Amino acid sequence: MNPAIIVFIYLAVVLYIGIFAFRRSQQSGEDYFLASRSLGTWVFLLSLFGTNMTAFAILGSSGLAYQRGIGVYGLMASASGFVIPLTIFFIGTRLWALGKKYGHMTQVQYFRDRWECGHIGTAIFALTAAMLVPYIIIGVMGGGQTLEAISTVMGPDKKPVMVEVMRGGQTVLEPKHLVSYEVGGAIVALVVMSYVFFGGMRGTAWVNTFQTVMFLCFGTLAFVLIGRNLGGFEQLMQSLAANPKTAPLLTRERIPVEEFFSYTFIPLSSIMFPHIAIMCMTAKKAASFKKTVIFYPICIMLIWLPSVFLGVVAAGQFPGLKPGESDDVILRLLSANTSLAISGLLGAAIMACVMASDSQILALCTMFTEDVFAYYGGKERFGDRVQVWTGRAFVVVVTLVAYLIAIELKDKAGIFELAIRFAFSGFAALAPVMLAALFWRRSTKWGALASVIWVAATMAGTYWLFEHSSSIAPKPGQPPVPIFPELGNLFLRTPGNVTIYGYLPVMFMVLGSAVMMVVFSLLTRPPSEATLNKYFPRREDSAPTAQPRPDLVPVA
Amino acid sequence: MRKKILLGIFLVAVYLLHQDFWNWRKIEPLVFGFLPIGLAYHAGYSILAAITMAILVKFAWPQDLDKTEAEISRGKEGRES
Repeated sequence: MNPAIIVFIYLAVVLYIGIFAFRRSQQSGEDYFLASRSLGTWVFLLSLFGTNMTAFAILGSSGLAYQRGIGVYGLMASASGFVIPLTIFFIGTRLWALGKKYGHMTQVQYFRDRWECGHIGTAIFALTAAMLVPYIIIGVMGGGQTLEAISTVMGPDKKPVMVEVMRGGQTVLEPKHLVSYEVGGAIVALVVMSYVFFGGMRGTAWVNTFQTVMFLCFGTLAFVLIGRNLGGFEQLMQSLAANPKTAPLLTRERIPVEEFFSYTFIPLSSIMFPHIAIMCMTAKKAASFKKTVIFYPICIMLIWLPSVFLGVVAAGQFPGLKPGESDDVILRLLSANTSLAISGLLGAAIMACVMASDSQILALCTMFTEDVFAYYGGKERFGDRVQVWTGRAFVVVVTLVAYLIAIELKDKAGIFELAIRFAFSGFAALAPVMLAALFWRRSTKWGALASVIWVAATMAGTYWLFEHSSSIAPKPGQPPVPIFPELGNLFLRTPGNVTIYGYLPVMFMVLGSAVMMVVFSLLTRPPSEATLNKYFPRREDSAPTAQPRPDLVPVA
Repeated sequence: MRKKILLGIFLVAVYLLHQDFWNWRKIEPLVFGFLPIGLAYHAGYSILAAITMAILVKFAWPQDLDKTEAEISRGKEGRES
C-alpha cells in the first residue's frame, strides 16, 4: 500500500468538513468570513494554533535543527511560546472586543475608523496583502511537493523504484511517483479552495482544529515509534555527544548570541498576520482567550520539541545533507523507522500543515471584500449576499492564480521562501502600528503611514542587501563576512541572513517603526474628539458616546 | 498601580530568562537521559510561559472586555425581546 492513499482519505475527510460547514452556514458576510463570531473555546484555540502552524514548524524546523542544532527550539519555539500568547492577550482580545462592538472584520477597517483615514488604510491593505501572497503560493507548492514525495513508489528492498525521464534533452533517473508535483499541487489547491469556498471561516476553523488534533496525536505516536526503532533516544544522544562532528548540535554553538536575542522580535509578526488578527475576531466569548493564551505555549512545545529533537537525531542517521536537502529529514526518519500506515498518517498530518494556506486565502478574500469591495461602495450597492459571493469568487481566483504561479515557477520556490522570511520581519515591524492604535490616544494616521513606509523601505533595503551579498555569503559554520568592508561590521552577511552589527534587521525595523509612529504622530493633528472618545472612553462616562453596531442596539 | 508594576517586572524577568547564555555550550546533564540541558531548559521555559499567561489571566485580565461582552449580550437580549 502506498502512504499516499491515506493522504487521499485525509483530503476527502477535510473536504467533507468544508461541505458540512456549508450546510450550517447563513448567507451573511459575518457568517462566511467570521463564522458569526461564534467559535467555542477549544475550536478557537486549536484552529488559531493550526492557522499559525505552517509547514515550516515541522519540515523547516527539523531541517534547520539538523544544520544548527537544538538552539533552533529556543530561537523560534520558546520565544514564540512567550511572545505570541502575550500579543493575543494584549492585542487579540482588544481586536475581538472592538470587532464585536463596532462590527470590524479586518485590521484595516479598524485603522480606518480609529484614525479617520481612507487611503492610508488602503496602503496598509496593499502592503499586508503583498506580504501574504507568497504564503499562498508556497502552500500550493508545498502540497505538490509533499504529495509527490509521499507517493514515491518503493521496491521490495525499501528503496525508491527509479524510472528514466527526459530533462533538458538528456535522460536521467528519477524516483517513480504515483502523483506528480503538478497533479499533487492541483489536488491540494482544489481541496483547499473547495472547503474555503463552501465552508468559509467555519469550515476553515473546523478543518484547522481537525488538522491540529491529528498532528498532535500521530506526531506523538511517530516520535515514540522512531525512538523505539532506533534503540532508544538515550543511546542515540550519548553517541551524538561523543562524536565531535555532531556534538555541537547538542549545544547552541552554531547560533550567535545576537541572532538569538534579536530573533525574539520575530513572533511579534503573528498578531499582525491578517489571518491571525481575523481569527481573533471569531471567538464567541472573551473567556475563550483565557484558555487559548495559557495552552498556546504548551501546544507549541508539543509540536516543536519533537520536530527539533528529531532533526538533531537525523543528523546522526543521515549525515552530510546540505541545507535544502535536510528539510525532509522527518519524512526520511518516518519511512526508515515506521510502518507504511504510520508514515501515511503522519504524511497526512504534514500535509495538514502545508495546507495552512487555507486561512491565508480566506483572510485575503475577507480583506478584499471588506477593505476594497465594501469600502468602495460594493456592499451598499449590491448587498450582503453579493458580497459573500464576491468573496467566494475571489477565493477561486486567488487559488487558481497561486496554482498557476506554483506550476510556472516550480524550481523557484526559494524566491517565495525568501519573500516569506522578509514578510515575517515586515509584519513584526507593523506591530507598533497596532499597539499605537489600541493603546496610544495621541497616535495619528500620518504616524501609521510613516511606519508603513518605513517597513516597506527597510524590507526592500534588506532584500537588496541580501541579493547584493549573495556572492560573498559564507557557508554554514563559517564566520560572517562584512558586506561593505569600509563600514566594518555594520552590515554582515551570514549563510542565510543579513545582519546589522550581528543583530537581525527585524530588531531595527520594529524599533524604527515605533519611532516613526511616535514622531509623526506628535507632529500631526490627532483624530476628532468624537472618534477618540469612541475608542478611549473616559472611565467616568456612564454611557458610551459612540454608536455601537445597529444590530446590537436594544429594541423597545 | 503597584500590581501593574509588579506584573511588568515579572514579564521583563521572564523575557530575560529566555536569554540563557549560561547553557550556550553545555550538553550535560541530559535531562531524562536524552534531552540536552539547553533543550530541556527551553522546554521548561515553554511551561513557564504558560504559567506566566495563567498569572496574567488571573491578575491582569482586562475588565473592559467583560463590560463589552455584557453590553453586547444586553443588546442582543433587547433585540430578541
